[in-house]
Amino acid sequence: MAQQPTVKEVLFNPVFNNNPIALQILGICSALAVTSNLKTALVMAIALTLVTAFSNLFISLIRAQIPGSIRMIVQMVIIASLVIVVDQLLRAFAFSLAKQLSVFVGLIITNCIVMGRAEAFAMQNPPMLSFWDGIGNGLGYSAMLVALGIIRELFGAGKLLGIEILPLIKDGGWYLPNGLLLLPPSAFFLIGLFIWGLRTWKRNQVETPTFRMAPQVSDREAY
Amino acid sequence: MEHLLSLLVRTVFIENMALSFFLGMCSFIAISKKVETAIGLGIAVVVVQVITVPANNLAYTYLLREGALAWAGMPDVDLSYLGLLTYIGVIAAIVQILEMLLDKYVPSLYNALGIFLPLITVNCVIMAGSLFMVERDYNFSESVVYGFGSGASWALAIALLAGIREKLKYSDVPDGLQGLGITFITIGLMSLGFMSFSGIQL
Repeated sequence: MAQQPTVKEVLFNPVFNNNPIALQILGICSALAVTSNLKTALVMAIALTLVTAFSNLFISLIRAQIPGSIRMIVQMVIIASLVIVVDQLLRAFAFSLAKQLSVFVGLIITNCIVMGRAEAFAMQNPPMLSFWDGIGNGLGYSAMLVALGIIRELFGAGKLLGIEILPLIKDGGWYLPNGLLLLPPSAFFLIGLFIWGLRTWKRNQVETPTFRMAPQVSDREAY
Repeated sequence: MEHLLSLLVRTVFIENMALSFFLGMCSFIAISKKVETAIGLGIAVVVVQVITVPANNLAYTYLLREGALAWAGMPDVDLSYLGLLTYIGVIAAIVQILEMLLDKYVPSLYNALGIFLPLITVNCVIMAGSLFMVERDYNFSESVVYGFGSGASWALAIALLAGIREKLKYSDVPDGLQGLGITFITIGLMSLGFMSFSGIQL
């Protein structure tokens, strides 16, 4: 039997070495739309981390009882119930925020990170370890989300969490905001650049291309 | 009629599910390496979307909405908090039934779409279609049009991306950007292109 991973490993590996967004391409669905300002990004990050952690915990607790053929449905029901709890809490205590996040809280259900970790980790590991794995993957997701949120809000609107950092020209300051950063395309560009940066730092994550360019040949050799 | 047409154009081009709401990104990136498979998945999404959005609309109107149970003699019941659980249940059930029906009666179609159907239950586009439908208060006919439009918008985007990626694999991309990175940049450019549709009104 393979050695049990330690708590520290499951907690920090997903942040840099095996980031769910940058490497596993999971959970991008609901991630990008909420990052146009930092506040919604933070709330979304916390919500997803909690849901992943607790769904991992509960699924791991009953993993011996779940029949293999209907495990997807069981996982789905647990995740959906947790998301309903989060959704109701947000509506009760932060209604305007819940309106801003609109459908994206509900979409945590279909977020591949939650389902993926439940299937890949919680079904094979003891409850507490699964809980920390959920937190770790949530942190990996949060790191990406918060970083995107900071960049997009700071340079797109000159603010962080609604507080002015860079005084805008139209209010007599010096900063001309880049409106593109508040629009959808910028999120794709930024995440592409993030992946570039991460992979330049961690060379082993680089994918091998399907085709290699042949080195330049002179005209005479080519014919 | 005009208003339905306008809704269709808006959902397909302006409010493109993949390029302006970032939905269904997981399979959008994973399945877009080949044009044929991308089109197959796209068609499967359209089919499922056309069925599930109206089905969830009926469930919402006659079961969940505040006062919706009036026909059963319970006008004060508000079950809307069960929404999320119901929609995902309806989606999972319909996908399963569709898979069995296709397998039994239309095997050729099953062979073409079959492998994509299980992937679709956890595709955010399907779930988001139902959630947007509820949030924007569409009626039944609007929800049919919206289901078709949102599915078609996603299918269009994934087919286009697959076309670009098929060509892109022959190009010389910097190491760190290889694969995932350059795909994101490409999607960003496509999204920028689709932004130019905004403001079109019928």
